[in-house]
Amino acid sequence: MRRITTGLLLTVSALVLLFSYHTSTEGTSTVASAAGAASIVAGSQTAPSVPESSRVAAAPPGPPDPRSIPSTTRTTAPTNLQIDGAVEETRRGPVQVRVTFQGARILEVNAIVLPTGSQRDAAINDYAVPILQDESVAAQSANIDMVSGATLTSEGYRASLQSAIDLARGKR
Amino acid sequence: MIAQTTLVRVEQIMGMPISVHLAGTEPFDDVTTTAALDAFFDQLRWVDATFSTSRADSVLSGLGRGEVLLAECHPAVSEVIELCFEAQGRTFGAFDAEVAQPDGATRFDPSGLVKGWGVERASAQLQRLEHASWCVNAGGDVVAGSNADEPKRWRIGIEDPTDTNRMLAVVELTDGAVATSGRAHRGSHIIDPLTGRPADSVLSATVIGPTLMWTDVYATALAVRGSNGLAWIDSLPEHDALVMDSDEVLHSTLLHSTLLRTTLLTPSLLAP
Repeated sequence: MRRITTGLLLTVSALVLLFSYHTSTEGTSTVASAAGAASIVAGSQTAPSVPESSRVAAAPPGPPDPRSIPSTTRTTAPTNLQIDGAVEETRRGPVQVRVTFQGARILEVNAIVLPTGSQRDAAINDYAVPILQDESVAAQSANIDMVSGATLTSEGYRASLQSAIDLARGKR
Repeated sequence: MIAQTTLVRVEQIMGMPISVHLAGTEPFDDVTTTAALDAFFDQLRWVDATFSTSRADSVLSGLGRGEVLLAECHPAVSEVIELCFEAQGRTFGAFDAEVAQPDGATRFDPSGLVKGWGVERASAQLQRLEHASWCVNAGGDVVAGSNADEPKRWRIGIEDPTDTNRMLAVVELTDGAVATSGRAHRGSHIIDPLTGRPADSVLSATVIGPTLMWTDVYATALAVRGSNGLAWIDSLPEHDALVMDSDEVLHSTLLHSTLLRTTLLTPSLLAP
């Protein structure tokens, strides 16, 4: 049953990669294709739904510009912008994620629809939450506890990100 | 928010760094914690002394020279040998501890399984610690667990093989394992046992699953089989995978089957 969660992780990874790459490359087409399956929420108000992908496709590269959002969904001071992905039917059940932007930066990716069916499922969904990262993940490495990668040698350790993390965590 | 205390200890065993992080709400300055960490690392040193293929004085080397009989060895030696054969079966030969030599002979090298097996086994020492969450990184393969009421959610970064200071993704987990097999730090060290040639169709293969030993074995096998092996991982309960192939294209156990795949079709990520 855990695989439900890790499956979700990878689903969300795809989405995160989607959002991370359009900020670093030409990527306008990526935004457009994503927007086709997304509705947009500004502030705490829920958009009625944005059927025309062209509305968002017209947005410049990077997170959709608040100005492109229908005025009915704009709040007085929308600091964060949230985009809900389409409900994705996976073999493990329906999955939907919400990405929160602050400016051009992805603040967080939350699953708002998860496969549930039992309390156990709910507990497992809590066990491994997928996080997608933007291109500044290297800079966010302070928030990473461990690095999984190709086998590190004893010699390579001193120059590794893991050793920096070990040092930083050990000092706390 | 309850204040977290952490303790980090790193030792070099089996030629790789092994980092242990403990997290909890009480200081880790008690004798019990120190004893548990000592026991953890002592067990790994025992594993190295028993199974090392590079040390002439290891039990395994003695077995290879015929100086020691299997019946005289610690039962763990037989256990590991049996697990290696089980791993060969589970991976359809993509993991094989019997390594072909240039002269046609075979050498028994369980290293690819022993690391995960040993770390998982030694981690029982950490699991005994009350009110503590623990996470171990053994040279790039990570396993976590907890005995605390509110387990810490460890953030495990999956390294980008093209830039090892960047992450491809981050997994949060309270217990379970993340293992990556790849070429980034040691060159092309993965040999396809079925062809005898280096497996170079992927830059890295990461598997996420409940136990370190099998997750690690599967990651090795996936690196050999390449992205074609994803359907196999997908068929395994409780396991998922992320692969970057030699063209720097990402594949996962879900991307090929969901609508999200189309959103990943950028020139920089997917091959034509």
